[in-house]
Amino acid sequence: MIPPSFEYHRPTDVAGALAVLAEHGDDARVLAGGHSLIPMMKLRMADVPHLIDLQDVAALKGIEIAGDQITIGAMTTQHELIASDALHAAAPIIREAALQIADPQVRYMGTIGGNVANGDPGNDMPGLMQCLDARFTLEGADGTRTVAARSFYEAAYMTDRDDEEILTHISFAAPRGGYAYEKQKRKIGDYATAACAALIEREGDKVASASVAMTNLSDIPVFSEAAAAALAGSACDDAAVKAAVAAALEDIDPTEDNRGPVEFKMHVAGIIISRAIQRAWSRA
Amino acid sequence: MTKQIVEMMVNGETREVMVEPRELLIYVLREQLRLTGPHVGCETSHCGACTVEINGKSVKSCTMFAVQAQGAEITTIEGLGSPDGLHVLQESFKEHHGLQCGYCTPGMITRAHRLLQENPNPTEEEVRFGMAGNICRCTGYQNIVKSILAAAAEINSASEAAQ
Repeated sequence: MIPPSFEYHRPTDVAGALAVLAEHGDDARVLAGGHSLIPMMKLRMADVPHLIDLQDVAALKGIEIAGDQITIGAMTTQHELIASDALHAAAPIIREAALQIADPQVRYMGTIGGNVANGDPGNDMPGLMQCLDARFTLEGADGTRTVAARSFYEAAYMTDRDDEEILTHISFAAPRGGYAYEKQKRKIGDYATAACAALIEREGDKVASASVAMTNLSDIPVFSEAAAAALAGSACDDAAVKAAVAAALEDIDPTEDNRGPVEFKMHVAGIIISRAIQRAWSRA
Repeated sequence: MTKQIVEMMVNGETREVMVEPRELLIYVLREQLRLTGPHVGCETSHCGACTVEINGKSVKSCTMFAVQAQGAEITTIEGLGSPDGLHVLQESFKEHHGLQCGYCTPGMITRAHRLLQENPNPTEEEVRFGMAGNICRCTGYQNIVKSILAAAAEINSASEAAQ
């Protein structure tokens, strides 16, 4: 499995990468960790005459925590996210989710930017970013703009990013309260049959606020406002969790594939969402 | 497409190869540098038989173009030990029957080497989690895990003795 010929570019800054994108438009793609794009190129399902390797662009790397604001460079690998104790202290849901992605080798290479920008419904970070209400910074010839993760995804592999833009950073406020990322997968390395991110803030015996989002249960990641509303103000008891799960299931639209028929996926999703909410509450 | 020169440090030696950008690292290692320890298993980033170490990371070399390795430091199984001087992990796999057909073994040992660099004293669970990117089609996992745990103990007792 060898891809067709392509020209390899290795710029050292964002401007250099943008220049190649501007020159070649649709014929150019940026390469982050390569563990989604290279397999697609090998299968000849992605045709990339100009490949722009971002590994030397230092401005795209690193984790910055300033007060309760967290900014992560797009080229930061899953392994680096997991290894960062500072990030774990500020947003432990990131490590919990990243450890459930693929396998160790893939996590050394795979990046958060690639994971969110690719638009693959199976990727875990987009769902998590819905839950965190993250913002994505995009840089193009006309400058920099910021898009809410919750309005970034349009359809499978279709996002708000223009072909000539690069997703450079991901930022979000450090979440407060309890958290959980629950994922059901058939085996190591597989995408989720169903996955759910949940954040719950507690006030006394009640849920002050909640955020619930799901992975691989629609053609885009799904943030369920209705699930959050069902939890808010409740004691997160069985009835509230049931209501939240029912609301979340209303918001998803899984399709049949080799992970199972729709009915099965709805069943698995219900269990995973319920577990995520209950675990987040237990940590709140 | 024109070929280009890629210079990499492989097993401690500077090596130069002429490659097309589309050539995968695993094939350049095997066919140009004749390092046939890393194997081509699934060729789809799943099995880990092609695992090598690149700049301190365990990488599936079927999912990387050789041009990406320009300037990189690479270690393959050939760089860990030799027939006359086996690495502790190689000795341990031999001792504890950590291989059956042997096809996955170079990837297993190269990955285990990095795992022990990062976690010198892993639990059994940590070994299983850390080795999850390597598949043994003979399903000889029990003895693979046993081999890695024994190698860790051996390395740790040797370093304690040295202190």
